[in-house]
Amino acid sequence: MLLLQSALVQSALVQAALGALPAARPTWNLALPGQLLGALGPDLLLAGGAVLLLLVAVARPESDRHQRAVGWASLGLVGLTIVAVVAYASRGALATEGPIAVDTFRWAVDIVVLIGTGCTIALSMESNPLDGILTAESHVLVLFSAAGMLLLAAARDLILVFLGIELMSVAVYILSGLDRRSERSAEAALKYFLLGAFSTGFLLYGIALVYGATGSTNLATIGEHVARYSLMYNPMLVAGVALLLIGFSFKVAAVPFHMWAPDVYEGAPTPITAFMAAAVKVAAFAAFLRIWLDAFPTVAYQWHNAIWLLAVLTMLVGNVVALRQRNLKRMLAYSSIAHAGYLLVTVVVANSLGASAFLFYLVAYTLATMGAFAVVIALGEPGERNQEIADYAGLWTVEPWLAAAMAVFMMALLGFPIAGGMGFFAKWYVIDAAIHAPHPQTVLAVILVLASVISCGYYLGVVLTMFMKPRPANAPAVRPVPTGTFLVIYLSAFTLLLFGVLPNGFVQLAHDSVPISMVGAPARAPVASAASR
Amino acid sequence: MKAYVPVLLLIVFVIANAVMIIGLSHLLTRRRPTPEKQTPYESGVPPLGDARERFSIKFSMVAMLFIIFDIETVFMIPWGVAYRELSCGVPLVHGGCPTGQLSFFGLSEMLVFIGILFAGYVYVWKKGALQWD
Repeated sequence: MLLLQSALVQSALVQAALGALPAARPTWNLALPGQLLGALGPDLLLAGGAVLLLLVAVARPESDRHQRAVGWASLGLVGLTIVAVVAYASRGALATEGPIAVDTFRWAVDIVVLIGTGCTIALSMESNPLDGILTAESHVLVLFSAAGMLLLAAARDLILVFLGIELMSVAVYILSGLDRRSERSAEAALKYFLLGAFSTGFLLYGIALVYGATGSTNLATIGEHVARYSLMYNPMLVAGVALLLIGFSFKVAAVPFHMWAPDVYEGAPTPITAFMAAAVKVAAFAAFLRIWLDAFPTVAYQWHNAIWLLAVLTMLVGNVVALRQRNLKRMLAYSSIAHAGYLLVTVVVANSLGASAFLFYLVAYTLATMGAFAVVIALGEPGERNQEIADYAGLWTVEPWLAAAMAVFMMALLGFPIAGGMGFFAKWYVIDAAIHAPHPQTVLAVILVLASVISCGYYLGVVLTMFMKPRPANAPAVRPVPTGTFLVIYLSAFTLLLFGVLPNGFVQLAHDSVPISMVGAPARAPVASAASR
Repeated sequence: MKAYVPVLLLIVFVIANAVMIIGLSHLLTRRRPTPEKQTPYESGVPPLGDARERFSIKFSMVAMLFIIFDIETVFMIPWGVAYRELSCGVPLVHGGCPTGQLSFFGLSEMLVFIGILFAGYVYVWKKGALQWD
């Protein structure tokens, strides 16, 4: 019976994917295992494909050719998953209350994560052989990690959140130690593993206490029970929420739980660093935001000050310490810490406007980060050399397009209008969400702007070095940029600029993509009106 | 909270028991140490060398693989216990499934699990992790 139902659902899905049937909005009944599997379609496609690719990867001995073949196959799988996500999203399916969410927020986060994954695989295919990494499994591990991220984006149950975090993190621990001959890579892997496992302990203990206090791991049920039985000041729940907050702060590298990030980001192979800075952070933040909005809306007000402080510390420390960095990878690591602070502002706001500002920011941030790391890869020499900011002096004179693209990424991370493209609107949107929150966060918005002013110091410093310093005579010749890296750099720069000029469609999309529990809550799209002015 | 009283009692009992055994033997025994008696107990055999020895890293690989297959078994026991419920589309009636309500859910779930594990096994084999030399 169940099998029959799931078969029917599957065939309906296939037809929907082909666009053959303009059927009514389907509603998944998540209590039935077959339909639950159907609602997890893209996630299962990616995970299942990755298992098959693992067997392909190990079928032949290590070689550059085989590594590239598996890389291409992985890219194909990511593309297929994107198609599946778009098919699901365009169908507008709904679901009953259950362990996973079927909403536009999930699909939007999925797309951002999958784009980050695709970029990572394209970059590592070409840069890993230069560092002597020929293992074909590295691409498969990226896919496994991405499968965990998709699960995180969907999870509406603390157990699934935990499963997703583990699936994502365990693969990334291995990936950061991929360069087995580099001491720093091994150090990065060990550091990340130990601190990651430690923070997972916090998370798990927090989940256990929240379950003890509310009697459920389902986010919606937790929220309901907290409100119904007035558990806001229950000591077990307070301790559980505190531990969850610490666990997530570790995962997204918020100050003061950020100490691992710079060393890990610097030591890991550069494509993996990009993956950690973009996709891992995106997925962890998506789960963080959903837990906060779904399970603790009544508790959130009480925790407001704690997250407020985290956001302020993260913005200030990340930006100030980044000023001192000479190594570009390390600088980008601190910059990604600072961006976690900007994203925390949307968690403080904790309403649908914050959620859509969050999504818009994620897209801009992922593209700019991926692009910036791709430039680092394109200019890097084997053995992690040529990554100092000083090495970029006079890049404009030898590689004008590369320098221009890097300038766009730096401006986008800074939030500069026009030249920074989407980055400007992303920051605007976050500030607007902060000011128009039910409890206006004017002070937070002011600190955000001040922190951005500090960040000019290092983002514009890179631009200055590239355009206005002379090229040193002993600088190594720039290698021709390989196709995949080329595409990642120029496509992200183009997208950033395009949607920086025409942000309205994108803003509308971000505005509509809020978690299911937020649908119907009043919100407006402020940037759209600002852009048309 | 009342449900936890037996647990609390157990904890108190365990601690009291341990304190009693060690304390009583401390109080009641006569101590006549000889060098033989002072040596660590190693199943009655005279101890050889230091316990802090270096082991081959290969043991670590074996240990990891063992845990994977061990967990497989641990996972299969509760599955086997709940198999009757899992393979019935409706709640059981007197411990049996009503006619026509049998489903393959329980079986297919375990097959998927074993399939994933088998993929890992093939990977491990192909990588040569099962080879000692």
